[in-house]
Amino acid sequence: MTTIMAYDEALDRFEPVLGLETHVELGTASKMFCGCKTTFGAPPNTQVCPTCLALPGALPVANEKAIESTIRIGLALNCSIAEWCRFARKNYFYPDMPKNYQISQYDEPLCYDGYLDLEVEGQTFRIGIERVHLEEDTGKSTHVGGATGRIHGADYSIVDYNRAGIPLVEIVTKPITGTDRLAPQVARAYVTELREIMRSLGVSDVRMEEGSLRCDVNVSLMPRGSSEWGTRTETKNVNSLRSVERAVRGEIERQAAILADGGKVVQETRHFHEDTGTTTSGRSKEEAQDYRYFPDPDLVPIAPDPAWVAKLKAELPELPSVRRKRLQAEWGVSDHDMESMHNAGAIELVEATIAAGAPAADARKWWMGELARRANESGVALANLPVTPADVARVTELVASGALNDKLARQVFEGVLAGEGTPDEVVAARGLEIVSDEGELLAIIDQVIADNADAAEKVRGGKVAAVGALVGGVMKASRGKADAARARELILEKLGVSG
Amino acid sequence: MSLIHKTAAELGAMIAAGEVSAEEVAAAHLDRIEETEPKIRAFLHVDREVTLAQARAVDARLRSGEKLGPLAGVPLAHKDIFVTKDMPTTAASKILEGWRPPYDATVTARLREAGLVFLGKTNLDEFAMGSSTENSAFGPTRNPWDLSRVPGGSSGGSSAAVAAYQAPLSTGTDTGGSIRQPAAVTGIVGMKPTYGGSSRYGLIAFASSLDTPGPFARTVLDAALLQEAFSGHDPLDSTSIDRPVPKVVEAARNPDVAGMRIGVVKEFDGEGYQPGVLNRFREAVKMLEALGAEIVEVSCPSFTVALPAYYLIAPSECSSNLARFDAMRYGLRVGDDGTRSAEEVMALTRAAGFGPEVKRRIMLGTYALSSGYYDAYYGQAQKVRTLIARDFEAAYQKVDVLISPTTPTTAFPIGERADDPMAMYLADLCTIPSNLAGNAAISVPCGLADEDNLPVGLQIMAPVLGDDRCYKVGAALEKAFEARWGGPLLKEAPAL
Repeated sequence: MTTIMAYDEALDRFEPVLGLETHVELGTASKMFCGCKTTFGAPPNTQVCPTCLALPGALPVANEKAIESTIRIGLALNCSIAEWCRFARKNYFYPDMPKNYQISQYDEPLCYDGYLDLEVEGQTFRIGIERVHLEEDTGKSTHVGGATGRIHGADYSIVDYNRAGIPLVEIVTKPITGTDRLAPQVARAYVTELREIMRSLGVSDVRMEEGSLRCDVNVSLMPRGSSEWGTRTETKNVNSLRSVERAVRGEIERQAAILADGGKVVQETRHFHEDTGTTTSGRSKEEAQDYRYFPDPDLVPIAPDPAWVAKLKAELPELPSVRRKRLQAEWGVSDHDMESMHNAGAIELVEATIAAGAPAADARKWWMGELARRANESGVALANLPVTPADVARVTELVASGALNDKLARQVFEGVLAGEGTPDEVVAARGLEIVSDEGELLAIIDQVIADNADAAEKVRGGKVAAVGALVGGVMKASRGKADAARARELILEKLGVSG
Repeated sequence: MSLIHKTAAELGAMIAAGEVSAEEVAAAHLDRIEETEPKIRAFLHVDREVTLAQARAVDARLRSGEKLGPLAGVPLAHKDIFVTKDMPTTAASKILEGWRPPYDATVTARLREAGLVFLGKTNLDEFAMGSSTENSAFGPTRNPWDLSRVPGGSSGGSSAAVAAYQAPLSTGTDTGGSIRQPAAVTGIVGMKPTYGGSSRYGLIAFASSLDTPGPFARTVLDAALLQEAFSGHDPLDSTSIDRPVPKVVEAARNPDVAGMRIGVVKEFDGEGYQPGVLNRFREAVKMLEALGAEIVEVSCPSFTVALPAYYLIAPSECSSNLARFDAMRYGLRVGDDGTRSAEEVMALTRAAGFGPEVKRRIMLGTYALSSGYYDAYYGQAQKVRTLIARDFEAAYQKVDVLISPTTPTTAFPIGERADDPMAMYLADLCTIPSNLAGNAAISVPCGLADEDNLPVGLQIMAPVLGDDRCYKVGAALEKAFEARWGGPLLKEAPAL
């Protein structure tokens, strides 16, 4: 049983140092070193050829689009781009790696020495980027039988080589210090920002659940006041933003308990478990492989033309952080509100809603209010709610025109989320439009006055505040469809009182 | 003269003129193979029906008026290291026994396209590792000049087949001398083109930065015709050179060395060289001088350390290249009885499937690349490689080509060096520098050694993409020697 120390106490005594290695599968149409397609979810072993199956004699040829994408990622992360670099072979035997070596990069990464600025709870953190390099993915093993789904204890294993050779970019940070208590949030913000950069560059669909973005988290602790780093662990298999945060937190708590107890942290690979948020020991560094890296003689060196790199740099799209600053100014919202929207993944949604015609304040109000509440309730990401920015814009339009009030609008969203159709379809099907026919409204008012003679008498007697009960009655009788303001005017008129 | 004694150029012309069919030519060579194979054992795979069907298809293409190259219908023996869709491919290893490739190597595909007809797949040292063809898992090939001797290696099946008139042409691969050395010891022509001038796609890799496909033939012109048929840029091979191929056929048709500056490499002389080899070489130098070339002595000091550098680089690359033979997807599988892990099956298969020389080189390479040893071994060897390239560069400032004996000795007896890897490795002493520098080099016959009456080869080395110079000088020597000998050297070979 792993003992842990409460997070606050751990942070009172230790300072964390983080390191993050992120793998991003590029969304190129073909694989890194052959012409095979990269479609996700194709039947096993249907996207393979002599090269990615490592048949005798087959050779790799580097995918230029993947090199271009990697350079663009490097540029977006403020990296220097190598003028000349090579692919290297990383040698180790594993059945899902057809050549029994992975084509990767070793001491000559394509991009190096960059940084990424993050804002977390009002503080700015500059995350140093050590390197961005290009490599190929492995095939995918499935272990059948046994209890754990791991190779040990399995009856047999099957391998799908569709993924073998898909281009993979590895982004490695420099050691991240000075995050203090915000370490888990900084780690999460970093991966979130990377994901958005990949999206804005259009180089990957970065779906963590499909494994197109994977993260390894390195954590070590040093006692407060010390400047000597502790032994680090590398936690693999961290496959969601929330898990990144939990893995950092969990490792801090675990290591703090060991160190506080006079123990030593073992330098090792650890596995993260989504269900418990804890990590368990994997391979220790003593058993570490000697990968016997050497430059791959099958591939010519990459020597990007500086003019081409300059052109790629000039053509980079507006990066997410710059864009957020611009939108914040355009929308006139506070830092705090902007960060909330960012954390909720609402920025693109709000932006698209505004583009569809809604005022900024309304777009933000609906996404961050009613819709965020419902997303939270059903445990889905805001972006995955079955409602579009166009739907939200239409609802704001209906409210602005007086056809809906906020209460009715919430009912419209309920209908849209339940799959009842577009806002207009829901309004029609549920009969939600505000009663604008004065005859119908007057009939309801007459009835409410008759039913609430006491209240009516008070109003007539000059107690105008008592009109609230009558308006409430009208709203109730109209099932919320009446325009409350107009109803108030009409009641006062009827009772001979001027509002 | 029978069909089997004709040159490839002659056969191509006869077939094009309709004097003989590709099928008849193929059949004559298949008969010769059937007759002489028990003595020579040059082939690992022959399938008469597949070959004749190919020949008939070429005849049909020619009849339909399709424009084919000068070698259309000419048969060829193909080294069993190039993958072929219609014939098994083993690299002479048990680990690939019975494997039928689902694709053609680029060299294979280009030869098919040019209308050449495959007689079969020839024997080699396992995965091209060796200099005698004794390392084949399927037994040695014999030298047609003396059946108790080796035909050189690794492309010994290909050299023996051409020297024994089983085929007018054959393919080889040259990593440290595996075309030039077997050509020299069997009295034929063998060319290592510029690295990157011929595609490695579908050539089962031994050492990727060195492996070069090239031709064997009985004449310089035939070798040039074959090289031209499969050369040129291949988008499937990243190291393939995207520049026009040297005009080798034109060079072979214009033998002339008048006014050329020819460098004799000083380091390739002296101890370890058979006197008869040196005698023939010196005569050839005189002959070149008589033909109007200017002879210059050139020193290339780094060439003396080429051999150790090669035996670090080539095994390092091979240790990684041969990792794919793991029983998972193709080839031999040993010990898969349902109780063993994939890792155990891999280990058992590799232990059973690779021969001793292959294992030796995998171990050497694994060690040389290991953390802590890399700089001292692999890193140092790469520096030597740079020095060798510089020595060549400096030499080519002074001369047009460099010459040397192809190999220090004539063909050695089968078994003589089998247990002495160092002695075996010395067979490639003169050929290795060109591989390390990626240069072009050819071996042409220059007579028989006095001691044993066995063929001696002369090597002509030229800069990257200077292949045409090799052919020009080679053709001039061939012309002058044949005038002196009254015909090709091979007419001195014993009848089989």
